Amino acid sequence: MISYFKEMFSGLNSLFTGMRITGKVFFKKPITVHYPFERMEVTPNFRGHTDMVIEKGFHKCITCMMCERICPSNCIRVIAEKPEGAKKKELVAYHLDFTKCSLCANCVEVCPTSALYFSHEYTLVGTSRHDFHFNLLERAKKRAAETGIVWGPPEPEPKTESEKPKKEAAAAPAEA
Amino acid sequence: MQIASSPNLLFIIAIAIVIVLYVFTNSAVLVLVERKVCGRIQQRPGPTEVGPFGLLQTAIDGLKLMGKQLIVPEKADSKLFKLAPVLSFVPPIVALIVVPFSKVLQVNDLDVGVLFIIALASLNVLAILIAGWSSANKYSLFGAIRSVAQNIAYEIPLLMSLLSAVLWVGSLRLSDLVEAQGGHWFVFNVFGFIGFCIYFITGMAETNRAPFDLPEAESELTAGFHTEYTGMGFGLFFLGEYTNMLLVASIATSLFLGGYNLPFFTLEGSGILLEGLRLLIFLAKVYFLIIVMIWMRWTFPRVRFDQLLNLCWKYLIPISMVNLAAEAIWIKALGGN
Repeated sequence: MISYFKEMFSGLNSLFTGMRITGKVFFKKPITVHYPFERMEVTPNFRGHTDMVIEKGFHKCITCMMCERICPSNCIRVIAEKPEGAKKKELVAYHLDFTKCSLCANCVEVCPTSALYFSHEYTLVGTSRHDFHFNLLERAKKRAAETGIVWGPPEPEPKTESEKPKKEAAAAPAEA
Repeated sequence: MQIASSPNLLFIIAIAIVIVLYVFTNSAVLVLVERKVCGRIQQRPGPTEVGPFGLLQTAIDGLKLMGKQLIVPEKADSKLFKLAPVLSFVPPIVALIVVPFSKVLQVNDLDVGVLFIIALASLNVLAILIAGWSSANKYSLFGAIRSVAQNIAYEIPLLMSLLSAVLWVGSLRLSDLVEAQGGHWFVFNVFGFIGFCIYFITGMAETNRAPFDLPEAESELTAGFHTEYTGMGFGLFFLGEYTNMLLVASIATSLFLGGYNLPFFTLEGSGILLEGLRLLIFLAKVYFLIIVMIWMRWTFPRVRFDQLLNLCWKYLIPISMVNLAAEAIWIKALGGN
């Protein structure tokens, strides 16, 4: 008989505990983010596709081909040319086949000049798989234009040559 | 106090329109309130998109339900299938005519008001049984069987808890019951308190709401007895559920929480302002109880069927019986009230 009442009161108590908890939660602020209208900040550790770092209005790639060689998925193709009279090779196009990329970060780690970083793009969409064959150099230029950065090599020395790589780079997508 | 002693047809029609309108708005508002409360309990905002703060959400939902085709399954008993939603929706509305919303706002003050309400409220089980049976669907039938077993069990403590209030006052007339509680609500009394608790629990079970929503247990029975219903067929069951909630809360208010009376002192006299105040007091109590019901629904998990019947036969029935017997002895010992 005692256990009967004990059970009853412990049961009732648990019900009131539950109601107290939901009652408290009721007055808390909803944690919902209204997605299409608001977006959450992406964690800095997020790995989207790789993108080229823009520093002083230019990319940092020295066309050493390290990333192309280390890529386990074989999805990077760096195209570089040595313009006439120039000392160094110039980057013409940086092709990334994102359909193959496994986001292993080897290219980012191996890069001697830290020219690559992971973008925080997570809403990629396309109607064809060719939409994911990126030319990162073109993307970097576009990004620079959007943010109002004047694209061009920083050193005053190759400034005379700056016209040339620009033209070649513009021709690159048609080739791809 | 009746609005008209000899009701004519016009009066009946007017009252019917007012009550149906009230029931529809009540359901629309309650659906929204339920979704909002549910959302907040789960730390989300609930409907926000349609209209300011999502206020038009239920209107849009209702429109959608009305626009849908009514599909009668091939093997269903089509006459009974069509009858069931109406049968679940009409009785709680009819039962509202004896509810005293204020001293004057009571359509018909029957001598046997409590009995009238109970009789109509128990028709809900019949509607669910017919719906489950006529759908020719195993889920519907399971839902209906569960509903019948549940309601037969819960009707006993329900009646006995209501009887405790009736015994205290000595009348089945709702206006008498409310008047007797002027200043001193029945719930302030030990017998009344136990009776109220039991009535509230059994009332939740009668309305088939969680934690007692076994007839429509989504996770097991798809949607239980209304699995096969589309459009307004389902809509009427939905309206019936919310009207039943309103009815249960109104009865609890009238019989245990003093109806339109304030606690500890009585409101004397009449007049439009005073009647309005009484109506507000009554509605405040009713909607408070409904909010508690919603709160409970989104807090407690659904009980298992044996737990449901155990709760009734092992706790509610014995306690309500002892309560009623003790009250009878108490009244007899004191010689009247």
